[in-house]
Amino acid sequence: MLKVIESAVPVACWSCAVAHNEATLFCPHCSKIQPPSGGDFFSVFGLKPCLNLDLTGLEHEFHRLSRKLHPDRFARAGENEKQWSLADTALLNDAYRTLKDPIHRTEYLLKLHGAEIGEEHSRKDRRDPSRVPADLLEEVFDLNMQLEEMRAAKKMGEDDPALQASLEQAKAKFEGLLDEVDDSLRAQWSKWDAGDAGARAAAQKEMVALLDRRRYLNNLVRDVTETLGA
Amino acid sequence: MAEGRVVGIDLGTTNSLVAYMQGETPVVIPGVDGSNLVPSVVALDPMPADGSRPTVTVGNSARRALIETPERVIYSVKRLMGRGLGEVQCELKFFPFKLANDVQQGEVPRIQLGELQFTPPEISAYVLRQLKRNAERYFGTPVTQAVITVPAYFNDAQRQATKDAGRMAGLQVLRLVNEPTAAALAYGLDRAKEGTIAVYDLGGGTFDISILKLRDGIFEVQSTNGDTHLGGDDIDNLLLTIALDEIHAEHGVDLRAHPGAVQAVRKAAIDAKIRLSAEQSAQFDIELPNGDRYQREIPRAVFEQLIEPILERTSGPCKQAMADAGIVPEQIDEVVLVGGSTRIPAVRQLVDELFHLSARGKKPHTDLNPDEVVALGAAVQAEILAGTAKNTEDLLLLDVTPLSLGIEALGGVVARIIPRNSTIPASATEHFTTGVDGQTNVAIHVVQGERELAADCRSLARFDLKGIPPMTAGLPRIEVKFLIDADGILQVSAREQRSGKQAQIEVKPTYGLTDEQVESMILESFDHAEADFAARLLIEARNEAESIQSKVERARQHPAWALLTPDEQKMVDAAERHLAKVKAESDLNALRQGIMIMDQATRKLAELMMDAAVTEAIRGKTMQAAGEDLNEELTAPHPMAPAEFK
Repeated sequence: MLKVIESAVPVACWSCAVAHNEATLFCPHCSKIQPPSGGDFFSVFGLKPCLNLDLTGLEHEFHRLSRKLHPDRFARAGENEKQWSLADTALLNDAYRTLKDPIHRTEYLLKLHGAEIGEEHSRKDRRDPSRVPADLLEEVFDLNMQLEEMRAAKKMGEDDPALQASLEQAKAKFEGLLDEVDDSLRAQWSKWDAGDAGARAAAQKEMVALLDRRRYLNNLVRDVTETLGA
Repeated sequence: MAEGRVVGIDLGTTNSLVAYMQGETPVVIPGVDGSNLVPSVVALDPMPADGSRPTVTVGNSARRALIETPERVIYSVKRLMGRGLGEVQCELKFFPFKLANDVQQGEVPRIQLGELQFTPPEISAYVLRQLKRNAERYFGTPVTQAVITVPAYFNDAQRQATKDAGRMAGLQVLRLVNEPTAAALAYGLDRAKEGTIAVYDLGGGTFDISILKLRDGIFEVQSTNGDTHLGGDDIDNLLLTIALDEIHAEHGVDLRAHPGAVQAVRKAAIDAKIRLSAEQSAQFDIELPNGDRYQREIPRAVFEQLIEPILERTSGPCKQAMADAGIVPEQIDEVVLVGGSTRIPAVRQLVDELFHLSARGKKPHTDLNPDEVVALGAAVQAEILAGTAKNTEDLLLLDVTPLSLGIEALGGVVARIIPRNSTIPASATEHFTTGVDGQTNVAIHVVQGERELAADCRSLARFDLKGIPPMTAGLPRIEVKFLIDADGILQVSAREQRSGKQAQIEVKPTYGLTDEQVESMILESFDHAEADFAARLLIEARNEAESIQSKVERARQHPAWALLTPDEQKMVDAAERHLAKVKAESDLNALRQGIMIMDQATRKLAELMMDAAVTEAIRGKTMQAAGEDLNEELTAPHPMAPAEFK
């Protein structure tokens, strides 16, 4: 289970026995590698959970930590240090992979704060009418009809330029909506980062809804792309 | 423990090499015959009269046996590494060797070689042992640690099989490095490079494309893609098939029933392919069993048209890799060409178009020998791991996993847990529970690939979580941690969270050997390796001398002997007397020199015998010797390197 380390518990370094902050991956006193902490992905980079991130700085820190933690640096070390290097580097890489991507970062932070986020790959979302955003209900209904037609036409080996054009238009429209969602998400990031507990809770709710909508639109666009390309 | 050198090994489909860092420069270590390339060919010598185990030979001498005793030779075994029975059966249609009769479904396939059987990792272990010996000979000290390269697009099973082979050869494999990444390392070493580079690696049997970002000595792979069954072999097969079909149609001779003859036509096809990289046209001129000649001119334009569909198969992976890295061709600063097949002008043309090179006034990098660059990069990585040199201490490779890792969920759908192109090591934690009251086992199926259904992905392993405390259904919470290590190999650990008990995991790899099996296959000679290194080297050199002596004795009966001038014959006689003398003594260096002199004195003889064997094979004379059991359709990948045919 993920947890936010608010107040780090001091533990002793295995090598020099000096107490240090649990979230650190090296002993600040003797620089020796430490077993992976129970910290979250933000704490790996010495950050508090936040959504507006300086990506250049993140990359720089990723490289700096990689140099110190990577298993290549421990090829001839003792068994324990080897294992910790492997686990720490996996944690570092998982953290960097998640935080550098704006959507993954948002989902991760929300999950960290107890939000339920839908599954990326659940196809049934699209089939379930109750999951369709209300403002898109009509368009999605039309689109699904057209997709069925297109698939049937493709199966028969027929060409339908009008249908093709209409689907391409729909795709462009949904892609435009996706961009709008991303803009709205970014607006919520700042609210969350700057806000107090109340503002955060509100932003959190907004973002969960936006992510749902985003996932839905993404699946639609993918469906259209697949059908057009098949 | 005294820590010796770490060497870098390129275990190739066609050729293998071993390299090390000489000061600040990586260099390839030559074999006794002075050649940098060791053909990845393994042959079984004739069964000794006393019934003891026949000697295994590797490299050039094994390749010579290919035309005379094709049933005792195996090559291109890299194509079989980490593959299941079904896949190997399919692949073997293209090889002259066969599976053992009693191979069961689910076990690692064994290849029948003469009277013995070998798994693909064992064959690779013989190649690795040869490279290890070459390095030991060169240094005069034992070599026990290595970095071995693998195609970037190798899956978990193929990587594990390569690691197993290293262990069988008595090598501790400190790291598996992806071939294109190694090449980038070799290129980036002497220049403080920044920017984005693409490595296009078309070898004998595999194709890889990797896109890397270089910054402050960090080589960060952004994306990788490829095809583990695409390479120069496919071009050879195409030319061979055309030649065999034309010979059949025009001259009424079906050479497919004659393995030796097919190998000889293959040699001609490879020869033509290589000539076409430098010339505008090449000829086939082969004498057939009925005395006819098959003569055929292949203009380069025709050749390029023929191979276009093969080369085109590299386009998709290149485009996907760029899309995954989130870049367009204009953002690629440099392109590095790796692998012998990138010598083909049409390949260079395609690369130029894919990455918009000449349009931007750029050229691909080809300054390092494409056959050696991977081994050189492996040597650099070996030095990084050894941590002993100044000029590599700031270098670091950050590689990625080529394929997504997933678990089979309800309905056979794949739940992706680590996406492709994730920097490794990478991990994911998943939670599982039980579906029935009192259930104590949970089975998990792990797959690798990009498709939505587990059945369409490659099965990696089935994990059985055991010893879950009996509880109401849905109550246990089993945390399973999947970790892809720096070699790209999966490790799994599990814990039941409510009881805090470490769950027991029983892994059934879908493809691969168990630990015990690998242990039992460790090449015997390793047992004595550390005990007395000098004594072992002397024994090995004596064995080598003995083997050469007996070969020369047999050669004297061969018609080719009469073709030597009296002076050449006298030289062989003298070399033989000298070798017999130093073999009886215990001076290792003198003995090695004796072997080398013998090797040089008999070079002409060996070439004459080779020529004779090719001619005879074409005429079908050696077919009785080859045995009746090899009448499979033969369109095998070639084991012959360009060096052999001048």
